[in-house]
Amino acid sequence: MTTLDESPPPVGDTARALPRRTGTAVRRLVRHWSVVLAATVLAVAVLWALAPGWFTGASPTRIDAAQKLLPPSGAHWFGTDRLGRDQFSRVVHGARASLTGSAVAVLVGVTVGSVFGALAGWLGTWVDAVVMRLIDVVLSIPGFLLAITIVVVLGYGVLQAAFAVGITSSATFARLIRAEVLRSRTSQYVEAAVASGARSSTVLVRHVVPNSLVPTLSLVTVQFGIAIIWIASLSFLGLGAQPPSPEWGRLVADGRNYLASSPYLVVCPALTVVAVVLAGNHLARHFAERQER
Amino acid sequence: MNGDSPPESGAAPGPVLSVADLSVGYRVGPGTRTAVRNVSFELAEGQVLALVGESGSGKSTIGHAVLDLLPGNGRLLGGTVSYRGRTISGLPARQLRQLRGRAISLIPQDPTLSLDPIRRVGSQVDDVLRLHTGLDAEARRTKVHELFELVGFHDVERRYRQFPHELSGGMRQRVLIAAAVAAEPDVIIADEPTSGLDATVQAQVLDLIDDLRRRTGTAVVLITHDLGVAADRSDLVGVLRQGRLVELAPTAEFVRSPRDDYSRHLLDSVPARLEFPDRGSGRAPSHGPAAVEVTNLRKHYGDHVAVDGVSFTVEQGETFAVVGESGSGKSTTARILTGLVPATAGRVRLLGTDVGDLSAKAFRPLRGDVQIVFQNPHASFDPRFDVLSVVAEPLRSFQPVRSRHRLRRENRDRVVAALEAASLPASFLHRHPRELSGGQRQRVAIARALVSDPRIVVLDEPVSALDVSVQAQILALLDRLQRERGLTYVLISHDLAVVRAISDHVAVMRHGRIVEQGAVAEVFGTPACDYTADLLGAMSGRQLAIR
Repeated sequence: MTTLDESPPPVGDTARALPRRTGTAVRRLVRHWSVVLAATVLAVAVLWALAPGWFTGASPTRIDAAQKLLPPSGAHWFGTDRLGRDQFSRVVHGARASLTGSAVAVLVGVTVGSVFGALAGWLGTWVDAVVMRLIDVVLSIPGFLLAITIVVVLGYGVLQAAFAVGITSSATFARLIRAEVLRSRTSQYVEAAVASGARSSTVLVRHVVPNSLVPTLSLVTVQFGIAIIWIASLSFLGLGAQPPSPEWGRLVADGRNYLASSPYLVVCPALTVVAVVLAGNHLARHFAERQER
Repeated sequence: MNGDSPPESGAAPGPVLSVADLSVGYRVGPGTRTAVRNVSFELAEGQVLALVGESGSGKSTIGHAVLDLLPGNGRLLGGTVSYRGRTISGLPARQLRQLRGRAISLIPQDPTLSLDPIRRVGSQVDDVLRLHTGLDAEARRTKVHELFELVGFHDVERRYRQFPHELSGGMRQRVLIAAAVAAEPDVIIADEPTSGLDATVQAQVLDLIDDLRRRTGTAVVLITHDLGVAADRSDLVGVLRQGRLVELAPTAEFVRSPRDDYSRHLLDSVPARLEFPDRGSGRAPSHGPAAVEVTNLRKHYGDHVAVDGVSFTVEQGETFAVVGESGSGKSTTARILTGLVPATAGRVRLLGTDVGDLSAKAFRPLRGDVQIVFQNPHASFDPRFDVLSVVAEPLRSFQPVRSRHRLRRENRDRVVAALEAASLPASFLHRHPRELSGGQRQRVAIARALVSDPRIVVLDEPVSALDVSVQAQILALLDRLQRERGLTYVLISHDLAVVRAISDHVAVMRHGRIVEQGAVAEVFGTPACDYTADLLGAMSGRQLAIR
């Protein structure tokens, strides 16, 4: 049974519509405090990347031999590294490389994936067959190995690493988008658009692609977390960010020689990565659940 | 049927089922929404009570409350349900389970959802016997075979071993009926037992319930939105509106002279009672070329022949209806006319232009003249669009991309005009279709079809998803628009009453062929073909038609 009520007098049904939903979005957010927390963690991380100066006055690269390997304290929240640099400042400034890298990776993944997925789903026939086999090939290679190979070809650096991670993830996006395109191209609103006279290109751009992208939103958020970890991992291996620029994976790599004496050098940046990725995944699940409703 | 006295039986007199002052609410957010308010009725042995009402009126809630099968957020707010004088509402779950199926059983609404897809249908009926009788496996199997014969299956052993997906909708409903009557209950609650079934199947299923009732003296609560079914099949009618029982009367009396205003309004909205002047006998010949001319149209999907050599002509300004049951090819025909699927063979002329072998691209210029209204308006709107974008789509489609900005204001004015033609206020422009009721959505769909000033509108089951009073409003709207604008309608419908109300000519389709066509009055008055006669015979609500 639906709650839609039709009032009996003629044209009476124009007078009664369901109440408009304004302001409920805010209330819903308050009820989901964990979502708010996750959003806050992500927002802080993004602010670190945009304006690190607001959060720390210390320079991430200033070397001070007198202050090396200090434990966390009021002056140095995350302690200092082997060259006496403030670790908190390095984590804050490292957010830019890590987050930009992940954003680029996701952007590359979504763009490349959308183009291939949409073409395969929309055109069908041999285009579909060729694209899907290509995707199968990409997916059959272990993802991280593929990313390493691409970085080696492109050269070392955060952007190169991000690009490599993006290309690797584009196969997953292409697959998802192809499925969504197949679903929405047979939907009635696409049929209605065609019947109303819309050009085939208009239908693709105005109806099919936007409606296929909405369900990928949750994958984008998950992929964002994965990209942070992968880029950090590439940097850890020395394939990503190059010293002395701070990057979360790089910080963990630098700190691992002092794991026994100064564990905070590894623990602090690692926990930061974990917090940001968890926050991203939690938001992703929230989006996915909202879509199901 | 009407006027039948209940069968003789030795049971004590007095009601089998009585519901007194029943109120039911659903928890919604922090509050409680009352769905049923102070409903009382009594049902004697062998009687059929039809509970009618529109969606949201609480009729199904009553059925579920009687069996204590309310969903998790439902709650009995007051009143009692008694079975043979014994109060059963509020009984502990274990005692209720003994009553369910044996004393009172349910024929659920959707046969597709109500059968376990991975178990054989025979064993699903067997479950009821295992719970409520002491029979051994062998005896139960024999009993299931008997039940299957009772509900009209022939090859009962094969049916026993089939899975739900191997059966048609009507057969699945029979399985559910077999399960419902297996333990020989005294009361059957049939919750929309035939909605979604074709007319002839619906008639068979209702005949079957009727037959069982007469043989066993079971009382039936028939929950339905279809006043025709209620009028044909019940002894008592209860009309529900917003959870209240506004009228409870013997059926014959109710049909003749309803006491409540709302009941009268509902009855007058029934398509069988709708009357638009000078319909049905074929209009005066129009001028100019025929709006639609179809010659020997065929459509194959692989080996399956959906449309098998169909020919008809639609004159400008008339309504041409194509009726048939599911799978008859009527929707495929509509989709070919609107250029959504290409024909396999045959000729289609629209307004004098041959479109039979046009590609989708070549068909495009004609789309301004040929629009379509779908059965389910909500599915035909892009979920991201508001009303303005939905209705403006046909306009934008024919405007060059560069002049879009310049034409925005003009488009908006034309959209407002189209909305007003469909009796919607301009304030709806920025509403989202999700916020609208079913009738309002269908009006938006009609506005979209009208905005480009088409000459032919294909109506694909335009009212079958709507409540009866909204149906009447939409049909009146379609009739008015046709007169004002000289539109040509091609109406696809399974509902003969709707067809009769607003059509001039009709074609009856079966298995991809037209078995009969002509003026509506002739075809419906003196059907030449047996199948047409069957369809007319299966039409519910003959008691209601008072022409």
